[in-house]
Amino acid sequence: MLFELREVSLMRGGRRVLDSVSAEVPVGATAIVGPSGAGKSSLLRLLDRLADPDAGTISYRGRPLDSYDPLSLRRQVALVPQLPALLEGTVASNVAYAAELAGKRADAARCLRLAGLDPGFAERDVAKLSVGEQQRAMLARALAQEPAVLLLDEPTSALDHGTRDAIEATLVQLRHELDISIVLVSHDPEQARRLGEWVVRIEEGRVAKAGPLTEVFG
Amino acid sequence: MSTSIHVSAGQVAASLALVALAAAVSFWRKADLERDIGIAALRSFVQLTAIGYAIKLIFEADTLWLVFALLAVMVVFGALTARSRAKKVPDAFWPLLVALAIAGASTLGLVVALGIFEATPRYLVPVGGMVIGNAMTASAVALNRLGDEMADSRARIEATLALGATAQEAARPTVRRALRSGMITLVDSTKTTGLIFFPGTMVGMLLAGANPTDAVRLQLILLYALLGSVAIAALVATTLAYRNFFTPAEQLRDLDSSG
Repeated sequence: MLFELREVSLMRGGRRVLDSVSAEVPVGATAIVGPSGAGKSSLLRLLDRLADPDAGTISYRGRPLDSYDPLSLRRQVALVPQLPALLEGTVASNVAYAAELAGKRADAARCLRLAGLDPGFAERDVAKLSVGEQQRAMLARALAQEPAVLLLDEPTSALDHGTRDAIEATLVQLRHELDISIVLVSHDPEQARRLGEWVVRIEEGRVAKAGPLTEVFG
Repeated sequence: MSTSIHVSAGQVAASLALVALAAAVSFWRKADLERDIGIAALRSFVQLTAIGYAIKLIFEADTLWLVFALLAVMVVFGALTARSRAKKVPDAFWPLLVALAIAGASTLGLVVALGIFEATPRYLVPVGGMVIGNAMTASAVALNRLGDEMADSRARIEATLALGATAQEAARPTVRRALRSGMITLVDSTKTTGLIFFPGTMVGMLLAGANPTDAVRLQLILLYALLGSVAIAALVATTLAYRNFFTPAEQLRDLDSSG
C-alpha cells in the first residue's frame, strides 16, 4: 500500500476540514474526487507533509509519515499544486533547481518532453508562459526529481478542454513510461474515470466511498 | 569638535509658532490632524526634556554603566515600537530585540575600536541613540515587508517546500526583498545628502557655530556608521524572523487555501 490514512482529522481556521478520514491509496493511479471545499487539497498536502493532521495517523509504504525526514519525503513524493508557482527565471533554471535539491542530474530536455513541452521552452522566462505552459513546467520540474509518487492538485482546473486533454494524455503517457504512482485531486468525476484506477470520494471532509474505479462509479 | 551654545526657553516657545501654523493648515484644509499635531508637540517636549535631563545626569556621572543602561532601555523600547509595525510577523519582538542589540553593540564597538570616537558618555549616548533609532526604523520596515511578502508569496513558497527545499531556501527571495526594503531608505537618503537635504547632525553643528569642515566630517562618520548599523539590524531581524513562519518540520504555518 502506498498511503494509509487512519482516522485523520484536520482543523483549519476553526473549521474541521477533514473528519476521521480512513482510506487506502494503493500503488498506481488514484483519483481523489469530491466537490470544491470537500477537503481534497488539504488531504493531498497532508500526504506531502506540508501540514500535519490534528488527529489520526498517515503511513507511507508501511511507515508513519512523520518518521521520514520531511525534505527527503517531498523529493520522493512530489506535489504539483493547483496554481502554478514557479521560481523567477527560466523553465530550465526551475528544472535544474528541483533536480539539484533531489541530488539528480538535470536533463531539462527529457523532463520537458515528458511533461509535453517542446525543448525550446527550456530558456523561456516563466513569467511569459501561459497558465497551461506553466502547469506543464511545474510538472517538468517535479519530474526532474525522479519522484516515486506524483501528487497532482487539480492539474487541469484552470485550462481549456484542448489543453486539459493534452495534459491528461501526458499523464497517461507518464504512467506508461515511468514507474511512477499518481495521486490526482479532481472535482471532476469524469477526469477520475479517465485517469484513476482507484478512487477515493470525499464529501464534507469525510470519505463517502473508496475502492477500485469500477466499484466506486459502479 | 566641542562647541557649545545656549538656547533659551523663550526661543523654544517662539518656535511653537510653526506648530500653530501646522495646526492651522490642518484645520483650514480639514486634514483632521490638529489633535495629533498637539500631541506630537507635547510628547516631543516631554520626551526630549526628560531624556535631556537623563543625558545630563549620565554626562555628570561619567560612568559607562549608565550609558549601557540607557542604550538597553532604548533597545527594548525600539523593539516594542518596531513590533507594532510588523504585526504580520509571528513573535516579532525577539528577532527585533536581538537585531537592535547586535546593531547597537557592533556599530558602537567598531567606531570605538577604530578610534573614531572615544568610549565616553559624551559620544556613546548621542551616537548610540542615532544608531538604535535608525536600526529600529530599518528593522521595522524590513519585517513589515517580510510579513507582506510572506503573505503574498505563500503559494510559491509552499511549492518550493514541496520540492524538498528547506524553509531557508524557500524563503530566500522573500527575505532578500525584505532586507533590501529595510536598507534602501537610508541608502537613498545617503546618496542625496547634501544635494536635496542637510542631515540633522550637520545642521545642528553649523547652528552651534562649528567649522563647516568638522560638521561635514562628523556627519559623514555618522552616515557611514548608520549604513552599517541598519544593514546589521535588517539582516539579523529578517534572518531570525522568517523562521517564525515555519514549523520545525519545514511547513508553512497557518496554511490558507480551499480544499
